[in-house]
Amino acid sequence: MSINLQALSAQLLVGLINGSFYALLSLGLAVIFGMLNIINFAHGALYMMGAFVAYFLLNLAGIGYWPALILAPFIVGIFGMILERTMLQWIASLDHLYGLLLTFGLALIIQGVFQNYFGSSGLPYAIPDALKGGINLGFMFLPVYRGWVVIFSLVVCIATWFLIERTRLGAYLRAATENPTLVRAFGINVPLMITLTYGLGVGLAALAGVLSAPINQVRPLMGADLIIVVFAVVVIGGMGSIMGSIITGFTLGIIEGLTKYFYPEASNTVVFVLMVLVLLVKPSGLTGRTA
Amino acid sequence: MMRDRISASLLVIAATLAAGSAAWAQDKTVKIGSLSDQSGLYSDVGGPGSTLAAQMAAEDSGLTAKGWKIDVISGDHQNKPDVGANIARQWFDVDKVDVIVDVPNSGVGLAVNNVVKEKNGVYINSGAGSSDLTNAQCSPNTVHWTYDTYDLAYGTGTALTKAGGDSWFFLTADYAFGAALERDTTNALKVAGGKVLGSVKHPLNTADFSSFLLQAQSSGAKVIGLANAGGDTSNAIKQAAEFGISKNQKMAALLLFITDVKAIGLELAQGLNFTETFYWDMNDGTRAFSKRFAARMKNNSPPTMVHAGVYAGLLHYFKALEAMGGNSHDGAKIVAKMKEMPTDDPLFGKGTIQPNGRKIHPSYLFEVKKPSESKAPWDYYKLVATIPADQAFTPLDKSTCPLLKK
Amino acid sequence: MTTITGNSVSAPGRAVKDEMFAFAIMTILLAVVPLTGVYPFFVMQALCFALFACAFNLLIGYGGLLSFGHAMFMGTAGYVTAHMAKVGTIGFKIPLVGDFMINMGPLSPELSIVFGLIAALVLSVVTGLIAIRRQGIYFAMITLALSQLIYFLYLQTPFTHGEDGIQGIPQGMLFGLFDLSQPITLYYVIMVGFLIGFLVIYRTINSPFGEVLKAIRENEPRAISLGYKTDQYKLLAFILSGTLAGFAGALKVFVAQNASLTDVHWTQSGEVVLITLVGGLGTLYGPVVGAFVIIAMQQYLAGFGQWVTVIQGVIFVVCVLTFRRGVIGEIAHLFKRSL
Repeated sequence: MSINLQALSAQLLVGLINGSFYALLSLGLAVIFGMLNIINFAHGALYMMGAFVAYFLLNLAGIGYWPALILAPFIVGIFGMILERTMLQWIASLDHLYGLLLTFGLALIIQGVFQNYFGSSGLPYAIPDALKGGINLGFMFLPVYRGWVVIFSLVVCIATWFLIERTRLGAYLRAATENPTLVRAFGINVPLMITLTYGLGVGLAALAGVLSAPINQVRPLMGADLIIVVFAVVVIGGMGSIMGSIITGFTLGIIEGLTKYFYPEASNTVVFVLMVLVLLVKPSGLTGRTA
Repeated sequence: MMRDRISASLLVIAATLAAGSAAWAQDKTVKIGSLSDQSGLYSDVGGPGSTLAAQMAAEDSGLTAKGWKIDVISGDHQNKPDVGANIARQWFDVDKVDVIVDVPNSGVGLAVNNVVKEKNGVYINSGAGSSDLTNAQCSPNTVHWTYDTYDLAYGTGTALTKAGGDSWFFLTADYAFGAALERDTTNALKVAGGKVLGSVKHPLNTADFSSFLLQAQSSGAKVIGLANAGGDTSNAIKQAAEFGISKNQKMAALLLFITDVKAIGLELAQGLNFTETFYWDMNDGTRAFSKRFAARMKNNSPPTMVHAGVYAGLLHYFKALEAMGGNSHDGAKIVAKMKEMPTDDPLFGKGTIQPNGRKIHPSYLFEVKKPSESKAPWDYYKLVATIPADQAFTPLDKSTCPLLKK
Repeated sequence: MTTITGNSVSAPGRAVKDEMFAFAIMTILLAVVPLTGVYPFFVMQALCFALFACAFNLLIGYGGLLSFGHAMFMGTAGYVTAHMAKVGTIGFKIPLVGDFMINMGPLSPELSIVFGLIAALVLSVVTGLIAIRRQGIYFAMITLALSQLIYFLYLQTPFTHGEDGIQGIPQGMLFGLFDLSQPITLYYVIMVGFLIGFLVIYRTINSPFGEVLKAIRENEPRAISLGYKTDQYKLLAFILSGTLAGFAGALKVFVAQNASLTDVHWTQSGEVVLITLVGGLGTLYGPVVGAFVIIAMQQYLAGFGQWVTVIQGVIFVVCVLTFRRGVIGEIAHLFKRSL
């Protein structure tokens, strides 16, 4: 088979762009699982809410993209924290498969409600003016917005990783989930830490939603299509590991890009092949700890 | 002797009862089932709008004033063939439905086709695209209204190729409908002197088309044919604009509805060429109907061609019932009568139903207006060409329908 | 950490009598359905899903393994049975040798079902060998991944006709004697099939094998220390569960007369989890009740369109938060019996 190097590089770059979405989404999921042992199936629905909130901010309140990048995650994050306080905390002590079932149910509710009011055609959201247009890179024409997506995602991913692994706040968060009683004895408000952590994970999902609104249609089912892929990413990367998810997310994007070049029909499925292969060899994922 | 007399009288009584019940079998009740995608990909194209169209047809037929009882119910097939078939079966067995209308999504459309045939009901499909409904899968109980893959392919494929777009690249949704659309369009464009430079299959419900669009771009084809529908088409068009592809290559949406144009927005959709068989703003007849329809619709949206097909198909069905003097509840007979009578309605004009169930009417090549050209909400299309009814659909001698073989 | 199946277990002697009594009641109720006005088609569908859920429950309720990909068994058997009943060919390419095709013509129902069962059996052996070495969430994820691969496989292979599915499957004559196109005959055949499957599960649970399985679920390290090769037991349970799910899928083909991608999609796997959760994980009759509840809900709320999804979501949430034992589980707990 003849390989067109130009076309291949273009596909790899596009893959990297997709990878940044996977990384950002799986980051939130990994934070929630790593810190709270909750398998957050509602992640896709929360991502969708982020995109919708951005749409509403623009169309109802005239608030544009840039403020939405901060406001939408904040609003959805608060919603997530309410969910945690009212429902998730009660099942925290149970088998974490219950958490999966509960959040699965929540996802169905959120998606169903949005579908009832917004149908399925999708709502348009324009690319912000500052990021319109593109750069001709020679081997392809790169829309500026997509380049921005890669850079922004990388920054957020690294910042989150840094926050959790290298700052004192992150240390408190990690300690609170490993040994809540002891940490509580030190006077730290553990339930608050847990709620905040869930809010952080949810906020990251919503941020990914705002980021994707200008390039994908804002639809109620936009998260459902992605959620199992994101799960696969987290599982491959290692369920407790934040760095694992980030790296796997970007890598998967690139591998998918290659698949789209050689065997496009399989592009949706290659992640599962990867997951099976990785889990056979390394049961707790690439860098994870055993659950 | 006594025994013979008794058996004779019994025979007479039995015969009278039988004759009496045969007379009772024809009555003036009709139950319509609008089976559609009420919440997913095609809910704006068919969905609640089709139910409304069915109700309007029932009202406009004038039959209720003549003592007929007409009911309309609706169901959600969720784009799943098994769900659709189950609902259809239950409608016939339990709810005594007579006619099923709409049914977008070819997979479901074909599944329901089998059930209707088995139960001897009437099937007026105005939502599905597969030309199989009037070819290999044709049935004496089925009328296929509105459009099919052949007419879409012929309209858009031929017209664009003749207008200079003689090299094509296809972005095809990897399922039966997409494949059929690509195949029929390829045939049409080759006949018109074009060639296909390549194609790529994408999974159904793809969010990101960037890699596929890049392949289309690097092929250098003059036209990029989108053999997909709904969200896939909208996404592909949006992203093509983003990557600057629409500047140098023409995008051909092989299946597009007015609700898709709204979702994409005129800014990005302008210049798109596609084929439909109905537009709300074509003539006085369509405008009058659309105004009444929009007044009762959510968001005041005008009817899509699918909605129009439900309305027109039912009007013709009612005419056939009236001509037969009542509803015999015998699907094959009613459809035979519908094929016998020429059609005439304010939405599709004069037409006929061919023996294989295919409803024939003219087909139109449209182009999406520029934002500056649009003077009112929903004023989206301009007419580029009209394809006469006898050319728009598969010619009878090419049809593979088993019913045609005598 | 409380295990997901903390409901079962009670006095053995009483248990068997209770269960037999419940079985008798269930059989009588099912047998009289055609005499009542209930639409038999709905009951047949519910029975197929009930069997599917019972098979799934064998794995989670008694084996402690949550499979998130069980639809692959039901769907595979469904497709194979459908193909055999409608077309009856087996064809494949052997590399370097060429194409190979056996054409047996459309097969009778019992033979088609046998093929479907074989397909489900083979699939469960293969996937079981891959999945069984992992536990908990990783096991669930692997089964999900495998079922996605199977979904993709069926999307691409021509014999399934992709999105259209296999349609118009003939119902035929079972054993040459029973005309399945008669609704009453079909109903009793499905009912008998369901009861057979149910009895197989019942027998498995109340056998030495079943006891070991429960022991493994409660405390695997201890079972290993007692000398049991736990992986083998788990694998066997997985294969049994998969094959019975396949049986349910094969039966469903004759009820619905079609086989489509919905049957292998991951939402179908999610549905069986919902059914079992509502009915009661780890109870014998829970999945049956759950199936009837959920299928009835889908039927009678169909007019509400998308609200059905919301309602299902609410049920999930409510069940997990407050109603964890499910319908039968709560009843059993109330009366301190084993159901």
